[in-house]
Amino acid sequence: MGAGRLARDLHPVAWWVWAVGVAVAASFTTNPLLLLVLLGVITLVVLTCRSDQPWARSFRLYVWLGVVVVVVRILFRILLGGDVPGHVLFTLPSIPLPDWAAGISLLGPFTREELLAATYEGLRLATLLIAVGAANALANPKRLMKSLPPALYEIGTAMTVAISVVPQLADSARRVRAAQQLRGGPEGRFRRIRGVRRLLVPILEDAFDRSLALAAGMDARGYGRTGELTAQQRRRTGALIIAGLIGVCVGVYAFLDSTAPRLLALPMLALGMLLALGGFALAGRRVQRTRYRPDRWQVPELVVAASGIAAGAGMWALQRWETQVAHPGVLVRPEVSLLALVAVLVAVVPVWAAPLPVTAQRREEVRV
Amino acid sequence: MLELRGITLRYDAPETASATTVLDGIDLTVADGELVVLAGPTGVGKSTLLGVVAGLVPSYTGGTLTGDVLLDGASIVEQPARERAHAIGYVGQNPAAWFVTDSVEEELAFGMEQLGLPAPTMRRRVEETLDLLGIADLRHRDLRTLSGGQQQRVAIGAVLATHPRLLVLDEPTSALDPTAAEDVLATLTRLVHDLGVSVLVAEHRLERVVPFADRLCLLRSDGAVEVGDPAEVLQDAPIAPPLVELGRLAGWQPLPLTVRDARRRAPALKERLGDPPRRDQPAPDADSAVDVRRLVVSHGRTAVLREVDLTLRPGTVTALMGRNGAGKSTLLWALQGRHGAASGTVRVAGQDPARLTPEERRATTGLVPQSPADLLYLETVAAECAAADRAARADAGSCRGLLDRLAPGIDPDRHPRDLSEGQRLALAVAIVLTARPPVLLLDEPTRGLDYPAKRALASLLRELAAEPGAARAILVATHDVEFVAQVADDLVVLAEGEVVSAGPVVPTVSESPAFAPQVTKVLGAGWLRVDDVAARLAAEVAR
Repeated sequence: MGAGRLARDLHPVAWWVWAVGVAVAASFTTNPLLLLVLLGVITLVVLTCRSDQPWARSFRLYVWLGVVVVVVRILFRILLGGDVPGHVLFTLPSIPLPDWAAGISLLGPFTREELLAATYEGLRLATLLIAVGAANALANPKRLMKSLPPALYEIGTAMTVAISVVPQLADSARRVRAAQQLRGGPEGRFRRIRGVRRLLVPILEDAFDRSLALAAGMDARGYGRTGELTAQQRRRTGALIIAGLIGVCVGVYAFLDSTAPRLLALPMLALGMLLALGGFALAGRRVQRTRYRPDRWQVPELVVAASGIAAGAGMWALQRWETQVAHPGVLVRPEVSLLALVAVLVAVVPVWAAPLPVTAQRREEVRV
Repeated sequence: MLELRGITLRYDAPETASATTVLDGIDLTVADGELVVLAGPTGVGKSTLLGVVAGLVPSYTGGTLTGDVLLDGASIVEQPARERAHAIGYVGQNPAAWFVTDSVEEELAFGMEQLGLPAPTMRRRVEETLDLLGIADLRHRDLRTLSGGQQQRVAIGAVLATHPRLLVLDEPTSALDPTAAEDVLATLTRLVHDLGVSVLVAEHRLERVVPFADRLCLLRSDGAVEVGDPAEVLQDAPIAPPLVELGRLAGWQPLPLTVRDARRRAPALKERLGDPPRRDQPAPDADSAVDVRRLVVSHGRTAVLREVDLTLRPGTVTALMGRNGAGKSTLLWALQGRHGAASGTVRVAGQDPARLTPEERRATTGLVPQSPADLLYLETVAAECAAADRAARADAGSCRGLLDRLAPGIDPDRHPRDLSEGQRLALAVAIVLTARPPVLLLDEPTRGLDYPAKRALASLLRELAAEPGAARAILVATHDVEFVAQVADDLVVLAEGEVVSAGPVVPTVSESPAFAPQVTKVLGAGWLRVDDVAARLAAEVAR
């Protein structure tokens, strides 16, 4: 794996597969020890594998979100806890609600069992969120868009443009705010409202001009060329995709609604999927665009993705066969088994398997 | 290869049932490997004509287009821009607004991806383009962090990578400093010579492009169009670079288009002219309106300005020049008070502007930002003026009075967005001056102005500076060397945030080839403007 250690960007889809695997693993357990180990694993991977691009900094945000989730969870338990028997930690004055909200009383005694249950649940949700945050920090969102199948290219480009609009809007807001300070503001009773307007009008005008210019620019550079595609071919592809999606919708509905005829469930779902995929493939084949330096799946990508899947599968096996370890409950001390440890720690593989992240510093070194 | 036949564009105004004709029966051919310059006064429809060639007009602007556009004899007038992209590459006026992706390399590949070129070809062409434009070291950079000149080159590269046969450029050097402009133009000539690309370029600053042009297409305000050898077309054109004006004055035939040509004929003229005119320096003991000592301004941990010293006296116009990104705008905003000093002192009218309230700042310095439209937010010119009067607690009508002096006769009911570039600038200046600041700062005021408009702006600024009883100190940040020659008494040149030269215009300008105006290049130090030469010649005739 010598070449794997050279600095390059890992395929964004590989990171997402890994992260979803880890998130699935987290969702199968409420064992706090396992969840904490999993959190440690995620953090370690993010810290070693993230690049120095702006999105890489978003991880901290998700960690804070996780903390907030745990705290909110506990606070809600304190508020709505009710009367669960157990070791009382402290007692707050209880506020019984009127009859129409029967069974619910606010505050009241708070037990150790409640605290633990809330913490475990909160921890599980937080780990899930932080796993998603890890994917966001590790995978280049723009390259992810570029990995969309060719038929979805237009949507991908639109998303890429949308992503770059936000910082541009911030720039233009800063510029206009500074410029508006150069002239006096309105006075009188509705000063605030008019103040908003004098910022908004130039910013919106600027954004409008910019989007028109961008549209013209993209057009002038060949975006949306139909090439030799005839109108009939376009209609056929469109019809195929829409029929497929309708099939999928009906299938999902029948699958969830047990009273619907079974024929509408799985067969319809499969047929719809098939039609839609066919439409995508057809559309993709007719697309004349090509891709510059597409990300390729290499050994490191496979290893990273596999480690995430393994973690998910391992935890599924754990909750299937060693339920006591996966969900220890609040009454006994949580334990850890070999299977559990392996399932959690397999997610740390990217630390060694993934290529080194590309940073400005490494680029400088290359140039020397 | 490209032929325009009787191109006419009309905008219908339904409420008045009349139509405005922007282009009227334009005929133009561009041959293979030819560089054609499109010139004409502001608002005559240069950009519109380029848009017609690229296929963006009328689909993005509205209007009714008649006439025909032929590419190699086949009509393409019905084809939308995207279907022309393989043959015609178009680079618009503000390249930053056109970028689709966010890194240089991806931007270069975008057009090729759309055309469906095979991956190995794309890879090769990206590398070639990076080298051709000299931007190989920028390949991973974020597009928004590039300087104006770099952005312009990336925009040209992004279009070139698809190997179009005709390159259409709208004011490619208008936002660039003189050196970056030379770079871009040298690249263009190289493309024309080496690759046989045809180029159609619109430009206000003819002095920059005319030396490279094979033919010049002049659109006149009355709708007439004249195409031919640049020296002949410029003979009686309403817009002319200083070199041509000098040639006309001296009666040189054919007109010189390059400084080298002119210099060869200059000795006789120099003899007639005698010594360069003496310039009166304002009394040095006049109290300075702005006094900056060892100013350091930083963004984060990078210093944008380092130990800058600057003095502005009332009654003088000072020009501020320097590369894109040299810190010119930062210096202006530091004088205004928005950027605080990391160290050093700033005194504007005796006070530190960073400590003042916004209102006090407005009364000490007026700043006109790079895009004057940022200042404007109301529906009519009259409303803007009234708001400015109220905000400055000035008498009703003061702003309008200023505006009438700057640009007489603007309809008060017009929307500020509908004004021409020059009129909008005048409106912004009037609004800022309503608070009667003793210091006026302008950031890049000559963008999009043609020669007559620039001359009007220059004389206006001189007038404002020397106004009896209310002398102002004016600082203008600009890339336009010829404008500096017309307007400025002093020149300050910034590089990397440091002042590299400062002093009266004449010696400062003649020391550096990049900042010397054409007249100085031809006649030597001391001569700045064609007007000086004309005055001397007139005096000689009178004698």
